[in-house]
Amino acid sequence: MTRFVFFLPVIVFFALAVLLWQGLFLDTKALPSMLIDKPMPEFALTTVDGEEVTNVDLPDQIFLLNIWGSYCLPCLIEHPTFMRLAEEGEIPVVGVNYRDRQGLAVNWLGENGNPFEFSILDESGRFGIDLGVYGAPETYLVDSDGVIRYRHVSVLDESVWREEFIPAIAELRGGVSL
Amino acid sequence: MVPELGSFSLILALLLCVILGTLPIIGASTNNVLWMSLARPLSAGVFVFVGLALAILAYAFVTDDFSVQFVAQHSNSLLPMRYKFTAVWGGHEGSFLLWTFMLTGWMVAVSIYSNSMPLDFSSRVLGILGMLCFSYLLFMLATSNPFDRVVPLPPADGADLNSALQDFGFIVHPPTLYMGYVGFSVVFAFAVAALLSGRLDSAWARWCRPWANISWAILTIGIALGSWWAYYELGWGGWWAWDPVENPPLITWLFGTALIHSLAVTEKRGVFKSWTIMLAILAFSGSLLGTFITRSGLLTSVHAFASDPSRGFFILGILAVAIGGSLILFAIRAPMLKSDFSFDLVSREIFLLVNNVILVVSAASVFLGTLFPMVYQAVTDDLISIGPPYFNLIFVPLMILLVIFVGIGPISRWKKTSVSFLIKQLTKVALASIAIGVALPLVILMEFSLPATIAMALAAWIVLGMVKDIANKTANKPDLITGLRSLSYSYYGMQAAHFGIALMVTGVALTSYFSTEKSVLLDAGQSIDVGSYVFTLEGSSQVRGPNYVGDEVAMSVTKADVPIATLLPQRRIYIATGTPSTEMAIDAGFLRDLFVTLGEQKESGAWSMTIYVKPFIRWIWLGAIFMAFGGSLAAADKRYRKLKKRAEDKALINAAEALQPVS
Repeated sequence: MTRFVFFLPVIVFFALAVLLWQGLFLDTKALPSMLIDKPMPEFALTTVDGEEVTNVDLPDQIFLLNIWGSYCLPCLIEHPTFMRLAEEGEIPVVGVNYRDRQGLAVNWLGENGNPFEFSILDESGRFGIDLGVYGAPETYLVDSDGVIRYRHVSVLDESVWREEFIPAIAELRGGVSL
Repeated sequence: MVPELGSFSLILALLLCVILGTLPIIGASTNNVLWMSLARPLSAGVFVFVGLALAILAYAFVTDDFSVQFVAQHSNSLLPMRYKFTAVWGGHEGSFLLWTFMLTGWMVAVSIYSNSMPLDFSSRVLGILGMLCFSYLLFMLATSNPFDRVVPLPPADGADLNSALQDFGFIVHPPTLYMGYVGFSVVFAFAVAALLSGRLDSAWARWCRPWANISWAILTIGIALGSWWAYYELGWGGWWAWDPVENPPLITWLFGTALIHSLAVTEKRGVFKSWTIMLAILAFSGSLLGTFITRSGLLTSVHAFASDPSRGFFILGILAVAIGGSLILFAIRAPMLKSDFSFDLVSREIFLLVNNVILVVSAASVFLGTLFPMVYQAVTDDLISIGPPYFNLIFVPLMILLVIFVGIGPISRWKKTSVSFLIKQLTKVALASIAIGVALPLVILMEFSLPATIAMALAAWIVLGMVKDIANKTANKPDLITGLRSLSYSYYGMQAAHFGIALMVTGVALTSYFSTEKSVLLDAGQSIDVGSYVFTLEGSSQVRGPNYVGDEVAMSVTKADVPIATLLPQRRIYIATGTPSTEMAIDAGFLRDLFVTLGEQKESGAWSMTIYVKPFIRWIWLGAIFMAFGGSLAAADKRYRKLKKRAEDKALINAAEALQPVS
């Protein structure tokens, strides 16, 4: 019996190794959201600029919902893509400022440019939990009925945009390509 | 041609590791002196060839050889020379080479300082390190060769080093952290060698302790550098974010802290043997796990390297063999290790055991919090996010408990301590600590706050307990100086490290509860009050660096009309990538930091900025410096050197004994 105790660490370790092994198969870049094909969760929050905002204020066309934060270095990498999308008016982008502080968020937008229609301020991370956010950056594709259609975890750069989002959007728009 | 020489010397090092990982270990069990004596020259050879590879990679960076993919991805012809040099560890491949080089450095250190050990033992230690090094080199050559070329045509210029990495912190943080991290491989090798040979006694603990202490000290500095760097570079004024990649070093550090205490008990009292071995394995596992998380893309984080699942499988394989193998060996061999349990329920042994339990529980809870989102998803296919609130909730109470024991432990006695003795010793200390805890925050900050009171009382508890203990220990000496001289380095090391905890506790609590920050929009000439300071925007100007352009504003700071400092925060655009970056300006002080991060200039000409006043933040890193100093001092204790001669004589006898497992 006492000898068995000494084998416990081995058992615990291999159980853990199996989990880690499984973890490698989880595609962290395309985590399935619980909310795919479900409507956006209800929310009543303020924007980063202090205005009240609810589901009604979301664009009534297909849009991107980007989870970002001023602490998030990868967000800087994907930022130029969103700036371009906003400039060229390809698709509206709504931001969710996730687990950040208002002052820092405002500064960050000031510093790097603001591609968002507005950014929902989610200081507590509560809205992020409702959405099933894993961490910033993450981007959701939401259709004109407010239903979440696609989720991309991590940086959305030009190649991700081309290879994942353009086809997904084309499909939503009924085969009409951008 | 030169980069191919780099690959070639990695292959040579790999081949040397094949021999190093086999012959000396076999030699140690068959008593083949020739095979055992191969260990030292082979370690030196591996060190030379891995070092050569590192030098060649640095050469490729310095000469802008963009035909090498890793260089093309992480450098640029405009990059200043010091960053070209350090861009060597600016990405996965190069940093793994640095990591491996650190391991070979430790191997050489072990082979130089292993004279006090019997030959069979040092051969086993070096052999095990050789196996580890083999797996790292194989991993590098198979999945992440830093010398891979860009085919068919090299780019005209490189993509540049991430602008956040172009900083002094990046020059010093990764090498220090890796050195400390990898140092625990040495302790791990000692543990596995002990299991293999069945030799685990006070002498073993004495060989092992300086290595554990030094690794721990370096890891402490490495983590502190990372925290300091994040504080001034990332611009959000935080010093710890519970990021999934910050956590593994902390886990390793917590296990390492438990280990150095447990080793002390094993050396002095010959008990807790299997527990010490277990901690050595755990500390090493923490460091491997850190590698796994950063390099497999398992968790997304600020630190994550470009991820590639095949790397993840490979590292998981290394993990399974190294950790799984050593744990199986532990399960088979540890029951044979007999400890002579001769201590009471109230004794220093028990207090140290309590310290160990708290540290291990803390490490385990950080570990769970780090991996939980992934495990949760694997099991339920549902998602969850865990952030600082979880960690603070678990970690802070555990640390408070730990600090209480830091006060009691040193004053208690080995074997048996009477409760009435402890009460007699500590009542006054406790009362004085509470008085200080209530009074000091009122005097310094002029407001009452429970967290500050608790923190100051805990800090006072450590410091006063320390003074009391030193007074006890010098009481019987003719005078104080003689008394202080009679105490050992390792005793002073312990006290210095504990004093570091007191400083850190103070810094953490006061910074967390009394920092102020303000986001403002200021025109030239306008002022703003933050805390008791007045910040005035004097003006702005254009700046130009070697690889960036930007704006700089001048902020003057006064307190009660006395000028304190002029701060010059900048906003930069890096030319090669067009990435913006902020350089905050900090006026660092012993009692407070003032710092300003610059936002953008509005059309009106006003600047947006965030201003912070952070009291006592430097104490956090000052505490870490004291801890590391304490660890080094303990490792420098005379008894590790004095025993060399005696051990050499003993070694001859031991070599014969070691053939059969001594249990």
